Amino acid sequence: MAALGGPVRTLRALLRELRHAAGRSYRDSPAYRHVLAAFRAHRVTSEKLCRAQQELHFQAATYLCLLRSVREHEALHREYHGRGERSPKEVAGLVGFRLPQQPGGKG
Amino acid sequence: MSSVAMWRGCRRLWWAHSPPARLPRPPPAAAGSCPVGPCGRRAYAPPAERKRFYQSVSISQGEGGFEINLDHRKLKTPQAKLFTVPSEALAIAVATEWDSQKDTIKFYTMHLTTLCNTALDNPTQRNKTQLIRAAVKFLETDTVCYRVEEPPALAELQKNEWDPVVSWAEKRYNVTIGSSTSILGPNIPASTKETFVSHLASYNMWALQGIEFVITQLKSLILSMSLIDRHITVEKAVLLSRLEEEYQIRRWGNVEWAHDYDLCELRARTAAGTLFVHLCSESSTVKHKLLQD
Repeated sequence: MAALGGPVRTLRALLRELRHAAGRSYRDSPAYRHVLAAFRAHRVTSEKLCRAQQELHFQAATYLCLLRSVREHEALHREYHGRGERSPKEVAGLVGFRLPQQPGGKG
Repeated sequence: MSSVAMWRGCRRLWWAHSPPARLPRPPPAAAGSCPVGPCGRRAYAPPAERKRFYQSVSISQGEGGFEINLDHRKLKTPQAKLFTVPSEALAIAVATEWDSQKDTIKFYTMHLTTLCNTALDNPTQRNKTQLIRAAVKFLETDTVCYRVEEPPALAELQKNEWDPVVSWAEKRYNVTIGSSTSILGPNIPASTKETFVSHLASYNMWALQGIEFVITQLKSLILSMSLIDRHITVEKAVLLSRLEEEYQIRRWGNVEWAHDYDLCELRARTAAGTLFVHLCSESSTVKHKLLQD
């Protein structure tokens, strides 16, 4: 079985990620409610080794990894890759020029 | 015709229900000094991103499964089929992806949506046998079977990290795989391939698309199977897949805009693929146990 740590920790981190993803009304989002309901449903069990609980924990950890890495990937993309090409006005401004103004359009 | 205009045409196909977005033309005064395509846009500018055009995302249950609603419009695949998924948890995850887009829609972050679209449309038009064959073919060039002889530190690292996974796979599936340092790779016996073929045949078409996706990302059949069998976590699988890179990073240093970028993207895709496989191949029932005092 994969080394996952405690389910409480995974649940807390997952809910935090969902909060980042959803924004203001994160508590009403279907994902938040589904995750909480799933964790509550699998909590009460008399068995010591509950396969369904471990499956759920693994799925939660996988989803947490997905949300976290998407967020980090987007942040890295924004910082290093998102700029795109400069407009002609910005290029001219780099060397201190301004584009000519032709009120009548190009001749 | 410029590729930009063709690409915009494809985009129009995607959103069958919403009106085509008109991109603003740049002012003609500035157009003199740069190459301008037939649509009036600069030839090398990235295509303008689609703005978020919906307020709320919700899920509804239809006949084929669960559907996603953007405001009141139903989501469709790129080939204009209705977007239906068999599992509610998967629908919720896709809806969360759509809901988490702010201002502009970044399709490259929506991995689960992409996987569902691929499963629904099947653009490469492969049937189950072809998918399984493509997946098992990776075994001949599996990452964890290719070992180096030098530098000795890397060879040692590969032995310590990859050997346990290979022996786990051999024990779990009752096959011989082995590893090799030659350029031709390990000699995989036909019985091993047949075992994997018959094992993969037990998954449905959607799960198989996910499995093949994970194998393509990790470049390893063995790592993908150990991930899907919940033997290792996603982070560990990605680490094992990138073992040599991690070794070089530890030796020569980390470049954030390349190494971390690739790492996050690989983790995101692998996690999406694994989650997709698990959600497509499970059926959960809740059995309430009677309280016995």
